[in-house]
Amino acid sequence: MKIEIKDLRYTYPAGVEALRGISVNIDPGEQVAMVGQNGSGKTTLVKHLNGLLQPTSGSVLIGDWNTKKVAVAKLAARVGYVFQNPDEQLFSSNVGVEVAFGPRNLGYSAEKIDALVKDALTLTELSDKTGTNPYDLSPTWRKMVALASIISMDSDIVIFDEPTTGQDALSVARIAHVVAELKKRGKTVITITHDIDFCAENFERVVALSKGQILLDGPANEVFGQADVLAQTYVDPPQLTRLGKRLGLKETVRNQEEFLAAFKK
Amino acid sequence: MAFVNLQNVTYKYPLTEAPVLSNINLEVKEGEFVAVIGPNGAGKSTLCYTLAGFIPHFFKGELDGKVEVAGVDLKSSALNEWVRNVGLAFQNPFNQISGAKYTVFEEIAFGLENQGVPRDEMNQRVEEVLTMTGIRDLADRSPYSLSGGQQQRVALTSILVMQPKVLVLDEPTSQMDPIGTREVFGVIRQMAERGMTVIMAEHKVEWIAEFADRVVALKDGKILLQGAPSDVLTSRLLSENGFGISRYTSTAREALKYDLWPKRLRLPTTLQEAVDGFGGKK
Repeated sequence: MKIEIKDLRYTYPAGVEALRGISVNIDPGEQVAMVGQNGSGKTTLVKHLNGLLQPTSGSVLIGDWNTKKVAVAKLAARVGYVFQNPDEQLFSSNVGVEVAFGPRNLGYSAEKIDALVKDALTLTELSDKTGTNPYDLSPTWRKMVALASIISMDSDIVIFDEPTTGQDALSVARIAHVVAELKKRGKTVITITHDIDFCAENFERVVALSKGQILLDGPANEVFGQADVLAQTYVDPPQLTRLGKRLGLKETVRNQEEFLAAFKK
Repeated sequence: MAFVNLQNVTYKYPLTEAPVLSNINLEVKEGEFVAVIGPNGAGKSTLCYTLAGFIPHFFKGELDGKVEVAGVDLKSSALNEWVRNVGLAFQNPFNQISGAKYTVFEEIAFGLENQGVPRDEMNQRVEEVLTMTGIRDLADRSPYSLSGGQQQRVALTSILVMQPKVLVLDEPTSQMDPIGTREVFGVIRQMAERGMTVIMAEHKVEWIAEFADRVVALKDGKILLQGAPSDVLTSRLLSENGFGISRYTSTAREALKYDLWPKRLRLPTTLQEAVDGFGGKK
């Protein structure tokens, strides 16, 4: 499912102009990380993909659907959005019901719903927590419930808003595994993140936003190689990219493997 | 003499069997900056709530042992007295912002209003902290119109303005952009230099290594390790217990296998240490 965003502008009712002419295309099955300063428009931008926000001007196409002409409920079949704060998203009294809510609303058969729920719970390692109230779980696991309840909708496009915020190392690894699995299934994954090391290790394309406009867009190493430009939007390159640069390595590296290979040369 | 003093502190939330904190002994000097690290569920937030007096005064439950700040005992102090010494910035700024104020400026003045600080002094103190934390340009916005990271700066600023003797921070930068995170760590370091005692639960080990005086590693409600950042953050115990470590440390540990990191050196925790160590091998 292709995403085409054309000259998108958005002004909040209070008058803050959050997006100032964004044009970007995302191909089916791409893994894209969005980075940038707080208030640069990342969340505002992705909320346009599932119709939660409507462009002030410009257009957003999800496949052949223009988000201005399709209801949010219908768009949900194509675009799943995991909120930054799971507490704004979860409402059911147990995990199983929560995760089944999405696919049930898409009108799938009982068998298909069961299969989707089971798959989403397995992928997020929640199978042993099906009967638990999400609010009895720690914030870490509540985040996984938020992920599962979107994955179960089996949409072609999945958006994660700050998935690793406040998560520990094991949980970040679990989320990285989810991203890798969705990639294998051919899903488009778009992630907003400030966790640049997580971004470097799991995403091939990076879009950097600054003050409602696109500052940089390209392969991760190309974007991370431009520390001076990234600094304009308050982003530091990944730790090993910075280290490689300080050591004078010729190529831009972003993970341990690349660093050690380049360093040995 | 410890300014913050926890002796044999054990705590259970109401209606629960297992303690969330077990036998915690922690002494913090005035002006010291201590970072508390640990996997989710280790008890970091509970420790923050205890230092801030929310435990036992608000959450109730069973608190054993002694908690003292500036020689005052927590259990015999009322919450409204306790908070004059200790300020807490919440993990989730949505839970902290009052909802009673229309602008960021007013939100930050809220605590001072409650203390009856004279108007001129209040304006001056708010202006000062707004500049210090870099949100002067947000002063006239509604706190609810801000992004997650901006709200987090407002939450932190509204505690700093109170000038608490002890500043307790529960993952204060979790939603902040990377350079903003580094700046906020710098501001907190400055506060410690001026004599404020800081205790901060945090995952971001790169900046802990740069800015904190000491690291406490918490696991299952117990202190697993504590000491200088360079010692604690390079301990094998951390990776074995599900703690995050910096890429500098993990990459140097891997590099040791190929003789690419000098054996005589401790593993690096900061960019500069990594540059020095790897640079010597080049």
